[in-house]
This record gives sequence, structure tokens and C-alpha cells, in this order.
Amino acid sequence: MMASSYNAKEEDGNHPGAANHAGAGIVKSKKPDNTAFKQQRLPAWQPILTAGTVLPAFFVIGLIFIPIGIGLYVTSNNIKEFEIDYTGANIEDPCYNCAKNFSWNSTAQCFCTVPFTLVQPFESNVFMYYGLSNFYQNHRRYVKSRDDSQLNGDRSALMSPSKECEPYRTSEGTPIAPCGAIANSLFNDTLQLYHIDSNGTFNEIPLVKKGIAWWTDKHVKFRNPGGNNNLTVAFQGTSKPVNWREPVFKLDPEDPENNGFINEDFIVWMRTAALPTFRKLYRIIQKKSSSTPTLPSGKYVLNITYNYPVLSFDGRKRMILSTISWMGGKNPFLGIAYITVGSICFFLGVVLLIIHHKYDTRNNSADIPN
Amino acid sequence: MDFTQLRNIISRYCVGEEIWVDSRTVYIGHKEPPPGAEAYIPQRYPDNRIVSSKYTFWNFIPKNLFEQFRRIANFYFLVIFLVQLIIDTPTSPVTSGLPLFFVITVTAIKQGYEDWLRHKADCSINKCPVDVVQQGKVVRTQSHKLRVGDIVVVREDETFPCDLILLSSSRYDGTCYVTTASLDGESSHKTYYAVQDTLAFRTEQEVDTLHATIECEQPQPDLYKFVGRINIYKDKEEPVARPLGAENLLLRGATLKNTQHIYAVAVYTGMETKMALNYQSKSQKRSAVEKSMNAFLIVYLFILISKAVINTVLKYAFQWSPDRDEPWYNHRTEIERQRHVVIRAFTDFLAFMVLFNYIIPVSMYVTVEMQKFLGSYFITWDEEMFDEELGEGAQVNTSDLNEELGQVEYVFTDKTGTLTENNMEFIECCVDGNVYIPHAICNGQILSAASSIDMIDSSPGGYRREHEDLFFRALCLCHTVQVKEEETVESIKRGIHQGRPTSFYISSSPDEVALVEGMKRLGYTYLRLKDNYMEILNKDDEIERFELLHVLNFDSVRRRMSVIVKSSSGEYLLFCKGADSSIFPRVVSGKVEQVKARVELNAVEGLRTLCVAYRRLSESDYQEACLHLNEAKLALQDREQRLAQAYDIIERDFVLLGATAVEDRLQEKAADTIESLHKAGMKVWVLTGDKMETAAATCYASKLFRRTTQILELTKKRTEEQSLHDVLFELNRTVLRQRSISGLSVDCLDFGLIIDGATLSAVLKANQEGAGCGNYREIFLDICRNCSAVLCCRMAPLQKAQIVKLIKASKEHPITLAVGDGANDVSMILEAHVGIGIMGKEGRQAARNSDYAIPKFKHLKKMLLVHGHFYYIRIAELVQYFFYKNVCFIFPQFLYQFFCGFSQQPLYDTAYLTLYNISFTSLPILLYSLVEQHVTMDTLKRDPSLYRDIAKNSLLRWPVFLYWTCLGLFDAVIFFFGAYFLFDNTTFTSNGQLMTTNTQMMFGNWTFGTLVFTVLVFTVTLKLALDTHHWTWINHFVIWGSLLFYVIFSLLWGGIIWPFLNYQRMYYVFMQMLSSGPAWLSIILLITVSLLPDVIKKVLCRALCPTAIERAQSSRPCLTVEPSTIFMLSQSSSRMSF
Repeated sequence: MMASSYNAKEEDGNHPGAANHAGAGIVKSKKPDNTAFKQQRLPAWQPILTAGTVLPAFFVIGLIFIPIGIGLYVTSNNIKEFEIDYTGANIEDPCYNCAKNFSWNSTAQCFCTVPFTLVQPFESNVFMYYGLSNFYQNHRRYVKSRDDSQLNGDRSALMSPSKECEPYRTSEGTPIAPCGAIANSLFNDTLQLYHIDSNGTFNEIPLVKKGIAWWTDKHVKFRNPGGNNNLTVAFQGTSKPVNWREPVFKLDPEDPENNGFINEDFIVWMRTAALPTFRKLYRIIQKKSSSTPTLPSGKYVLNITYNYPVLSFDGRKRMILSTISWMGGKNPFLGIAYITVGSICFFLGVVLLIIHHKYDTRNNSADIPN
Repeated sequence: MDFTQLRNIISRYCVGEEIWVDSRTVYIGHKEPPPGAEAYIPQRYPDNRIVSSKYTFWNFIPKNLFEQFRRIANFYFLVIFLVQLIIDTPTSPVTSGLPLFFVITVTAIKQGYEDWLRHKADCSINKCPVDVVQQGKVVRTQSHKLRVGDIVVVREDETFPCDLILLSSSRYDGTCYVTTASLDGESSHKTYYAVQDTLAFRTEQEVDTLHATIECEQPQPDLYKFVGRINIYKDKEEPVARPLGAENLLLRGATLKNTQHIYAVAVYTGMETKMALNYQSKSQKRSAVEKSMNAFLIVYLFILISKAVINTVLKYAFQWSPDRDEPWYNHRTEIERQRHVVIRAFTDFLAFMVLFNYIIPVSMYVTVEMQKFLGSYFITWDEEMFDEELGEGAQVNTSDLNEELGQVEYVFTDKTGTLTENNMEFIECCVDGNVYIPHAICNGQILSAASSIDMIDSSPGGYRREHEDLFFRALCLCHTVQVKEEETVESIKRGIHQGRPTSFYISSSPDEVALVEGMKRLGYTYLRLKDNYMEILNKDDEIERFELLHVLNFDSVRRRMSVIVKSSSGEYLLFCKGADSSIFPRVVSGKVEQVKARVELNAVEGLRTLCVAYRRLSESDYQEACLHLNEAKLALQDREQRLAQAYDIIERDFVLLGATAVEDRLQEKAADTIESLHKAGMKVWVLTGDKMETAAATCYASKLFRRTTQILELTKKRTEEQSLHDVLFELNRTVLRQRSISGLSVDCLDFGLIIDGATLSAVLKANQEGAGCGNYREIFLDICRNCSAVLCCRMAPLQKAQIVKLIKASKEHPITLAVGDGANDVSMILEAHVGIGIMGKEGRQAARNSDYAIPKFKHLKKMLLVHGHFYYIRIAELVQYFFYKNVCFIFPQFLYQFFCGFSQQPLYDTAYLTLYNISFTSLPILLYSLVEQHVTMDTLKRDPSLYRDIAKNSLLRWPVFLYWTCLGLFDAVIFFFGAYFLFDNTTFTSNGQLMTTNTQMMFGNWTFGTLVFTVLVFTVTLKLALDTHHWTWINHFVIWGSLLFYVIFSLLWGGIIWPFLNYQRMYYVFMQMLSSGPAWLSIILLITVSLLPDVIKKVLCRALCPTAIERAQSSRPCLTVEPSTIFMLSQSSSRMSF
């Protein structure tokens, strides 16, 4: 055996070109490399999930999650929130008439007033939201019905909006700016808040309308065509969305910097909500002094310019006042979920401890004779 | 078929008997035959261009695309893509177009590259210089210009450019030596012969004067068959016709050796050469994993369709009131409104299909293919499967079956060359019952007391003397061994010092070499074959010469070979040697009883026995034999059959001379391997053509049968006594009884079955005749099922395949593996689910036809127990994980439809939809499926029973699949509703909102989707991390790297206004989300919750009912290595027969 293999090797040396004729070289050494990778022997960490190794993890998760959950829950509970429905679906509601008599054609605006009482004072900054229910902002036809290039100030897109905007693309031959269903259905109720002090006088609460949209949206994603000077000229040749009362460059009569596509109410509306029941930031009530609460407890009145019909699709409109904390708005879910998961982990840890004691020892003792 | 037959008949009537449509006439040197002989029909043959490439530059794109889209999965995605293009769909065509394009491109590039390599190889082969004789001169041309009929000059060590008929050689006897190493791997030299009438041509001029035609069959892929005839025209005489056979045909790819040059004429060129015909790929085998993958796919397709149907129905229920359908803020376009409701519903259905189509992952197929292709390299790279002696490691001929190696239930193995080394050693011979043992070997061979021990020196009486002389001469003459006297020979079978020059015996059969060498040790040396005379140096140092008249070649059906020689005294002798079963029936006299006893005794000891007989032929007998043989040899059609008939007539009325015994040693670690396979739960069957006793002895030695094994015999001997019916039923009863009695100790008593070829065919035939005589096949299978080992002896090659087929088709549909080394195993290798070839001494045919080739039988152990096991768990995880991650991916999207008015609004952004399967989650699983080792290789090798854990496709069974799917659904529900409760404020409690601390801004639907998607990517990747048991640095790199890639991509994707997009919905969404505290907290919470059930399930399963693998994993550190003792024990026992 040895001799023959030795001979064979000698042969290779004698006839180096012997196999070259065959087209494919056969004689070259086929011995595989002895590398760790090729031999599948790379050094490796080999963890296994046993009751013993998982146990500490469960306890640690439990011990971390439960305090976090409690913290979240307490924070969420400290947040004050007030919500009022002003749809006017029922006959006793103050806005019933406005809701009932709504028509797209009427030029006269309908006003209604909803009184309410805050039991507790709202410290720190208060955020004012409007909420809509049963409004499918996430409907596919609705979500895509916009033209981001137009909103970004692109002149050609302004004059010929994207086809996605159909059927809100043109109005009597002229392009709509901003086009699309989302823009067309811009929420246009006006809300005003009055505090009734002990004398019975109505004090209008100043509502800040700046800083409610994402900074990047306002400054990068949304731009007016041709800069912010002379929007009337910039939007010449376009028509307003059919359901709007005013063209886009007259959205905010008070602040010329807040008009056109960079109107913050408009930007907020253009960020389509994830679910059919949603709320959107409307105004911020800033804290004036550290001594007095932003909204002291007492009677308030909400003045509504009722422009937005929701009853036709069985929707609801709400006004929400809320303070916020480090973790955002009121959301007990996260805290409760953390506490629950933490407790489950802790409980499982205990169960596993028992199992570990009972079975692993038995297994180990059974293994040893093998 | 019928048509060609009809054409055949018609053409025979038209042209005459002699010309067949399926034969060709080659005009040597393109010379027309003399007028009147035959009509000169110039035929057109392809030139000698070899085209192994599949595509040309022009047809690459259409042809490759067509072939790719024939695959059902690719076609499915193409349809989805087209639907997206045609109708208004929720997701852009890019989402499915891009992955499809990616997949198609990657495949096309791979195939194109392979084809380009083939083109290059073809080109270099086609440009090879070739010498051709034209008008008496040698002209050098390029290989591809060669045409049929050209006379070619080939020099030593050159490769034949096409299939050639040898005309003459530089050797005076008209022979040449050829090695077919590159063709079938046999490195031994084979002798080819020139036709007698042409072997005298020495120069180009002489060759050019040859005027002849060759008639031969049309090209056939069988390398070892050729039928033809050469008609030589000499000066207006009747043409001389000579038969041509495979021994005249030099095959393309073979190399000329030890011959200075030859002249030969091209008969088959280019793509018609036998080598090219053998390029054709074999039928595709599909693995069990692939089958279950397809089953899962159908389930998911069903889920997909039902999801789409449910959503379509619900959509129309939801839209019943017009205010829901078209509220004032969201009108349809006029065109849409006018569309018929049925068309609208159908479009909606298609849109839902498109939305959910990702549940069937396009990338799964690519990943599976890449895993198989790349993974198979580990087999070829394996150093442990490299054989120093052979200089070769394992070969992978198909990577489709890697995982099937982990599923084998039945192993069918050949004996000779597979279990044993096929390294023969002459042990003894017996003449009329007297035993002769060569001096050289006295290794304590114990002979039974009954037989007389006569050494060669003792001089027996006259009659015995005569038989003895005849016996030794028979063995010296009756073979096809060649003698190599040169100092340097390409391949050495065995070196013997014979005084002055070193000479070697070379033969394709190692038995023959062993016999001739054995004779040499007993004093009779075969010297050489010269000018048809065989020279023998007898023990008195005299040279005896015998004229070799005919060789009746060995074949596996006859199981014998003969020579007809003429002694110097003018006597005609026919010597025959062969298996006892084929000799004894033809014997008329001689000491049959004694020889038979000795043969049986030797067989029991595991020796290979051959019987030798002779027959004296009278002049007339010889003439008659010649007539038969020549007639058969000249026949163009059915030559094989005619020859067999002729042999049958000639080989009869023998006088028995004696028998020989040759030992074939077991391969190293054969017993250890078989034992491991047994422990791994595989049933090992030995299928051999050998006799029962020999085979049984080998089985005992290789531990296939143990001392405790109860042997059941189903042999001809028994069925002669009882009817087959009774035997079968009796055996069945024994087995069943044993099973019912030994309920507790099943392992203690195992059965071994021995069946022979005759009985097997009886069992199978009985079934064919009808169910009337009992369903033997079922009973037989029932018996086999209860036997741990089965030995089938006296098997014809086809019967081996039949057995495999029988087991394959039995009702459990077990996975079968066939391993063999010789040409007789090819049918079985092709039939079995996995065919393994051993690169043995009997050539490379088995290795070429196999799916995997290994150098030695012992490598089977690592192949199955380690590689097979790894590949199986890798691919099983791959498949399950792929379905899991796509359920996680798509189910939230399904749930979202309930909250967006069934409007097909996608939850995720287009980029996420597209890249999820391509880049965010593809690499970790691919890498896992390449390098995962759930237990170490050593553990797998040490403990073969771990193989049982994955038997029967256990990781891909429906309960496991259901578990993964449920896990996916659970995770999807957690992702979706987790995010939902964070966003929604009415369902859970009265109030709640998600805001960020720094901006206090609201989040929209894209943030919602991104939150879900982030949790999804992290969960799915971490789930894989939990399943990974083997963390190399690559795993760390890929898993953490792909998560990092997701984050970086998302930051980038939302970081700028992309100018080429017509929407900017993702702008700053990801960053806004990350700047919010609750989002971080909820991401962590949701990931934890999603992973929790799987962790608990794993831990509980491991603690309460651990599988063998899990036990091995946990006991990993405390085990010490001790296999060396076991291994030594098995080594020593394999040497002993009993």
C-alpha cells in the first residue's frame, strides 16, 4: 500500500503535463485547506436556553419593567385631560342647529357656544386638540390623494398636479392648489376659548397657533411656490379647493408668514392619521407666569365657528385640553402593559425556578450513568 | 416511436436489407467506394465542435428568462408584478418588481457566468491542434474542423479529439494502450485493437491508400458499447467485412499511452461523441424538505387567497352605506364610479392579493438555493473526508439533496469495493479437493481436518498431476490481464520483482490480478501476450506457448469468462472460470462434491471463490464454436444477445478442475460505520452479487449481523423445500410473535434477513401475477420492516434497483440511500433518493452517476451523521423561519385593513415592503443556514442516536409548522395591537395619546407603520438570534450588522427629500419616532412580549421532555472524549470473521 502511493507521487513529478491534454486539469492537489472556516471549526460561543440560564433574565426583566411601569402609570395619571364633544348630534346639544342646518352652499357661518367647567386647574402648558371619529384619514384613496411636489413649492406641479389628486385635481379647468382629497377636506372649524372669571366676564384665552407642526415639515417639506413674498401672484392661475371658503394664501388673515402651504393648521391636517378616530393638535396655551395655573379651575366657554360637517358619515367632533409630561400625553396603556409584562416575567421566573430545581437535577443525575 | 418503426420498415423495403436508418456509413478519407458496390450517399454530420454551453450571446436573455419563469415561484411573482402594473394597486409595482428583478438578475448572472466559462472551455478545446492525413500528408488543423471520415494521427499522451476507429498503431500487433481517466476515472490502461486488415499501415501514404467504409450504429451514450463493421475494398475484389466492437473504438477524452502514434478514422464528431452524449444531465431528484416546502407554500397560498376573499367581502359589507363608501371628503373619480361593480370587486380582490402577496416570500427560493449551493462546499472542503491514498476528497454532484442526507432511513450498500477494499489477495486454491497455499502467506489459516493439505512440492499421481497442470494453466490463461514491463507506468496495480525488469499485471478486475499473482507464487508465471500467443513460465522454468484463439469476455449476467487456446501440441482447450453457481450446472465430470465442500467452506469464511473448469475441443467442435462466435460478432443488431447465445452453446460439458479463494479485506472502519448507522436508526441492507455464504461472513465481520441476531433465511434452498407462500408466512409469524412477546426488550433481539435474487424475483413476480396468490410483496415488506439488517445476495444489477424501488414505494415512503462503487451499482444509485458513489477500484462510473461521491465507505458516517444532520436542521429552520417572518410581516397589514375601511392601505412604506425580504432580514438567516451547529461535530459523531431526533422530517412536520405559524400570528398581533393601543385613545381607556416630549407633535399613519416595522425587524432578527446555538464572529457581525443597517437605512431614507420620488411621506418619520420616549419604551416592550412565548416554550420543552439533541447540548461541557477505545474495538473485531 505504502509503496504504491509513493510510486504514484513520483509519477506526478515525472509527467507534469500528462493530464493537461484532457482539457481539465485533474492532477492538481485536491486536498482541502485546513482553515477553521472551511472545516466548520470557527471558534464559537454556544449558548443554550435552559431554565437555569433564562431564570436570571426573567427576574431582571421583572425587576426593571415593574418600576418603569409604575413610573409610567403615575406620570400618565398626573396628566390632566379634558375632553368635550361638540358635534351636536342630539337635539339638546348647543351645536345641534349648526349641525342640522349645514349646507355646503350657504355663505353665512354658523356659530355655537359650548360651556364647560374645569374641576382641576391645568398647570404648565396646555395643548388644545380637535378630535374626529369615524373619519377615515387612512383610507387608501384619501392617503394618496396629494401631491408632495406641489406642496414642496414646485411650480410645474402647482400648475399640473399629480394624477393621484383626482377627482380633486382641477376645478373648471384650472388646477387646484393644494390639490387632492386631504387638502380639500381641511378641518375648518374655528375654536375659541373663554374663561368666565368670578365677575362673569369672558376672558379670551390666547391660543398660540405656531409651533404645532413638525419643524421639518414647516421648513423643508412644505414650501410656497416662489418663496413667501406675494403669494397672490405665486398662486395665480390656480383655484382653491372646492370645499374651501378662502384660497390657500388667505388661510391665516392675521399672520402673513403662516399662509400658503406652510400654514401650520394645514400641515398638521396633511399628516394623515393612522386610525379612524384621531386627534390633531390645534393650539397651544402657553403658561404665562409661574404663580398662576395656565387654566385655573372654573367655568369656560368654547366658541365654535361650525363649518365642518361630520354627521353625514356618523362622525364626531371633540375638543380636548391636555397637559403633557416627559413621556408625552396621557397614556395609561404603556404603564399598565409594563407592569403586566414585568409581573408575568417575575411569575415565570418563579415557575422556572421550581422546574429548574425539580427537573434539571433529575436530568443531570440521569445523564451521569450514560 | 411507431412512426420511426414505420419509417424503418419502409426504408428497408426501398433501399434494401443492408442499410439501416439507425446506422451510418463512414467513408474513410472521404473516398467513394468503388462503383457498383453501394450507392455513395454523402451524409452530413456535425463538425467536431463541442458545445457544452447552453446559451449564445443572442439567445441568452430570452432563453434564460423563459427558463427562469418556468419555475412556478418566479411565474407567480411575475403575475403579481403584471397585476400591479395593470390595475391600481396599493403598492407600487416596484415592491414586487425589484425583488423579482433582483432574483432574476442574480440567477441570470450566475448562469451567464457559468455559461461564459463553458464557452471559454469549449473554445480552448475546439481550437486544439489536430493532425489529419490528407493526400498522404499530415496536415495540422484545429479540432473543430475535424469531420467524420477524416484520418487522424494521435501521438503518445495526446487526447483523442473525437470518437475514432483504430486503424493501425506504431506497435506491430496493432494494439494501443489508452487510459480513460478523464472519461470515467479508471486510470488503468486498456488495450484497444486495430482490425487485422489495416494494422499493417505504417505511414501516412500507406494509410491514405486505404479504401474502406465503416458502417456503424448512430451515436449512443453508452461508453462501453459499440457495434459496427468495416468493409475494405481491395482491387475490385469482394469487400472484406470485419466486425468492429468497443475494443476498436477510441473515445474522445481518453488519452493514448505507451504507444508512439496511431492512425484512426473519425466516426463520431462533436456533439455526437459518446463523451458529449454523456453530458446530459440526469433526472432531477427532489428532497423531502423541498416537498414539504411546497406543501407549506400551498397552505400559504390558500391563506393568501382566503385573506383576500375575506377582505373583499368585508369591504363591500362595510361600504354598503354610501356615506361610508364615498364620504364627502373622499370621492371617487368619475371613471371609477362608472365601472361595473363586479369588475370593481375583482380589482379589489386582486389588489388585496397584491397587498398580501409578500406572505409567499420571493427570496426564500433564492436563499434556499444559495444555501444549498454554498453549503455543499463544506462537504468538498471537509478534510476528514479526504483520502490521502486516492488524493481526493468528497465530491458533490448535486447540491439539491444536502438535507436529504440527514433523513436517510434505509441504506443500501454494495459489498465488494464498498464494504470491502476490493484489494484482493490470493489465499488458496484447491484442485479436486487438494488444497494449495502459496508459501508467502502462512497467516495461520486453519484448515478443517477433513481436507488433506498438500503442498505443491509433494508429487501426486498421474491423473491428479494432469488436473493440477491443467488447473494452473487454466488460471494462467483464462484472464484478460496485461503485463506492463516498462519502468514507468501511469498506474500501478501491483509491483512484483521478477528478476530483471519490473513488471506489473494490470487488469480492470482485481480478482484476476490476485489470481495470476497467486499462480506466480505457486510457480506458474504468466509472461505476456505476444502475437496472439500467451507465454507461461512453468515451474520447471520452461516457457510454454499457447495460441489465444478466442476470449469469451466476462459479464455479470453469465458470471463467468472463458478462453479458447491452442496448445503447442495442437490441442484445442477451452478454459472457463466463474462463480460456482454458473459453473456447477455445466459440469459433467470431476470431483464436484469435494470442490463444492471446499468452496462452501471458503465462502463461509468470507473469501471470494471462483471455480475453474475446462473442456477439450475437437477440431470440429472448435470450428463450430468459431462459426457461432464470428456470426454473432459480425451482427450489427442484437449483437449482445447473439453473443450470449453463442457463449451459452460453447460453454458446456465442462470438466471441473478446482476452485480458488481470494480474500477481500473489509475497508477500514466499515464495521464502525455500520454500527453507527444502526445506532442512528438506519436500516442497512447489503446488496451483492456474491454468494450467500461469502456475503453473510462479510456481514458478520462488518457487524451488520451480530451474534445475537436471529437470521431469517429466504433463499432458494428453502423455497425448494417449502412453497414460497409457506416460508413467507412462517417468517412473518416469527417476527410478529417476537415483537408481541418482547414488548419490553425490543432492542435485545433483532432479526437479520437473508434473501437471494431468485427468491426475490419470485416474491416480486408473484405479485405481478395478481392478488390471487396472496400479496407477497406486503408480507415481504412487513418482514423487512422488522429486520434491522437485510442481506440480499446473488443480485443482478437491475434487481438492486428493484429492491430500492420496492422500499421506496412502500407505504411509509422511507428515504433511501444507495452506496456503491461499481458499474453494477449505478442503477441502484440512480434509483435511490440519495445516491452515493465510492471512488473505488472498479472505475468511476458509480461516482459519476452519484449525487455525492466519497473516497471510502467510512466517510459515509460523517457524511450522514454530521453533514446530513447539519444540513437538515439548517434548511428546516430556514424554511420555517421564512414562513414565520413573512407571517409577522404581512399579518399586521391584514389587521390594518379592519381599521382603514378595507381600502388596501399598506401599513408600511414601499421601501420597507421591498427591502424587508431582500436586505433587512435576508442575511442573518442565510448565514445561520450555512454555519449553524446546534451541537458540535464531535458530539454528533460520538452519539449516532442523535440522528433519530431528526428522522422522518421531524422539524418540518405539520405540528411544527403550525407552531411557527401560530408564533408568527401571535407576534403579528402583538406588533399591531401594541402599536394600536399606543396610538388609539378610545378603545382602551377614555384618554391617551402619543406625543413626543420635544416637539409635542402628532404622529400619522406612516409613523404607525414604521413603529410596527421597527418592532418587526428587531423581533424577527432576535428570534433568529435565540435560535442560534453557534455564535461565530460572522454571526455576530451579520445579526447586529443587519439591525444596524436597518436603522441607518431608515435614518437615511427619512433624512432627505428624495428628488426622484413623487411622495415624501417618510420624511423625518423615523427620526421623529426615535425622538419620542414612549416609542422607545413601547419598542422594547413589544419585542420582549413577542419573544417571550418562544423562550418559554424552549425552556419548558428542554426542562420537561428534552430531546436527545437537547440533552447532548446541555451535557456538552462535562463529557470527555472516549471514542478511541470503541473505535479500536470495532477495528479489531472487523478482522475476525465470527
